[in-house]
Amino acid sequence: MTDQQPGSIQPEKDYRQFLDEGRFMILKSRESGRHFFPPRVAEPVSGSTDLEWVPALGTGIVYSTSVMRERPPLQSYNVALIDLEEGPRMMSRVEGVPPEQVRIGMRVRAKIVKDDTQSLLVFVPA
Amino acid sequence: MENFPRAKTAIVGAATHGIGEARGFSAMDIATHASLKALKSAGLKLSDVDAVFICLPNEFLSGLSFAQYLGLHPKITENNRTGGSAFLTHVTWAALALEAGLSDVALIAYGSVQRTTLGRLQSGAGVDPYEGPYKPKMPVTGYALAAARHMHQYGTTPEQLAEVAVSARKWAQLNPDAFDRGELTVDDVLKARRVADPFGVRDCCLVTDGAAAIVMTRADRARDLVRKPAYVLGSTASTFHYNIASMPDLTVSAASESGPRAFAQAKAKPSDIDVLELYDAFTINTILFLEDLGFCPKGEGGRFVQGGRIAPGGSLPVNTNGGGLSCVHPGMYGLFTLVEATEQLMGTAGARQIKNAKLALAHGNGGVLSSQVTAILGTEETI
Repeated sequence: MTDQQPGSIQPEKDYRQFLDEGRFMILKSRESGRHFFPPRVAEPVSGSTDLEWVPALGTGIVYSTSVMRERPPLQSYNVALIDLEEGPRMMSRVEGVPPEQVRIGMRVRAKIVKDDTQSLLVFVPA
Repeated sequence: MENFPRAKTAIVGAATHGIGEARGFSAMDIATHASLKALKSAGLKLSDVDAVFICLPNEFLSGLSFAQYLGLHPKITENNRTGGSAFLTHVTWAALALEAGLSDVALIAYGSVQRTTLGRLQSGAGVDPYEGPYKPKMPVTGYALAAARHMHQYGTTPEQLAEVAVSARKWAQLNPDAFDRGELTVDDVLKARRVADPFGVRDCCLVTDGAAAIVMTRADRARDLVRKPAYVLGSTASTFHYNIASMPDLTVSAASESGPRAFAQAKAKPSDIDVLELYDAFTINTILFLEDLGFCPKGEGGRFVQGGRIAPGGSLPVNTNGGGLSCVHPGMYGLFTLVEATEQLMGTAGARQIKNAKLALAHGNGGVLSSQVTAILGTEETI
């Protein structure tokens, strides 16, 4: 699916399927060379539908971070915005460190985990 | 050149109803009470209304149900939903429709009984497939991420955020209708239960019931109806995104576009404004909007609000009703900014009245800093 005809991309379905296969893929516009997220059938602004799924580098930087404070016995957890190496930003969480130790500017790398019923992209410190 | 029918229309009636708890009533019940009060204050009858604008969190076709409830056959039925800012966009369209003669009397209304029926925010927003799995507590997480970024980039402190909440509370203490009027200090805000870093519960708006309504007519008629109409000098919107991850820069909202445009329409500048009503869903909002609307440089908002500058007695009155933080927040607060701005210009704001207020700015916010709408209202002298 890295060389699709225009109009054949099914953004959410394709993205999830790749994750289930253990692959973090993002869409790239052939015309502009730009990557974007979340996936959609046309490149934002240009409207170009000449798109391809490409493997993400999987590295990024924490753009912002927060800790969702839960009342015990529930565990507090992290929600972060990650700027991917390729440029797009996505919501995710950083695991492998306590949630309050996630810092803006921290370098992170992507990891696919199983969350309840689905494959989910999270990040860990790089 | 920003085209707008400047001062060609005016708000002639404004009212609230059921602020706090309206147990046993529906959203439409209290929206109707607010509407009738607003019409009465303008000396108009329900049957004079020929355009209805409404947005409710739980009704997709609220324009139709509102028209039915009132028993009207409106020429214009509108329920544009850009979140809490919807009512300020209604002002834009009402002004254009009135000016064009498509309508003679426009009613803009809102009501919600989320507190007594749900006990939490009632929202029509769905769960985004790319954000939902990370369990953000929307909308608070979106604003918390913006606040964290602002703190990182500009050194804004939790104490400065807290000062926004304390200033709002001091205004609320002057407003008998405000829901939360108890004492509140910066320390109280900092020690309050944590919700989403850097926010504690006192950085977050109230969860209340409440309804509001305004009535607009053309300016020539407005002068015959009321002593001091609030003329609509400008009203314009901008949208940058919907989901927080798609906001280009979390420290710059679309108010940076709607604000300058509204000022151009109104032929005014920030230093001309006597009173501001900003949609303060969270403490960071007030800081961001003061910056984006041009009241202080970008990044300076935290320092700007220190020392009681926006509190009663300060040099810039902001959220004089107590805001969404201390007066009322039934889920979509936007219309309350217009009601309070109108009251200030009409001179009916009681103990919180800003002396000789001539020019007021009302600013609505929708989604997670997504939709921004700025309206500028003025008295006869500002035309």
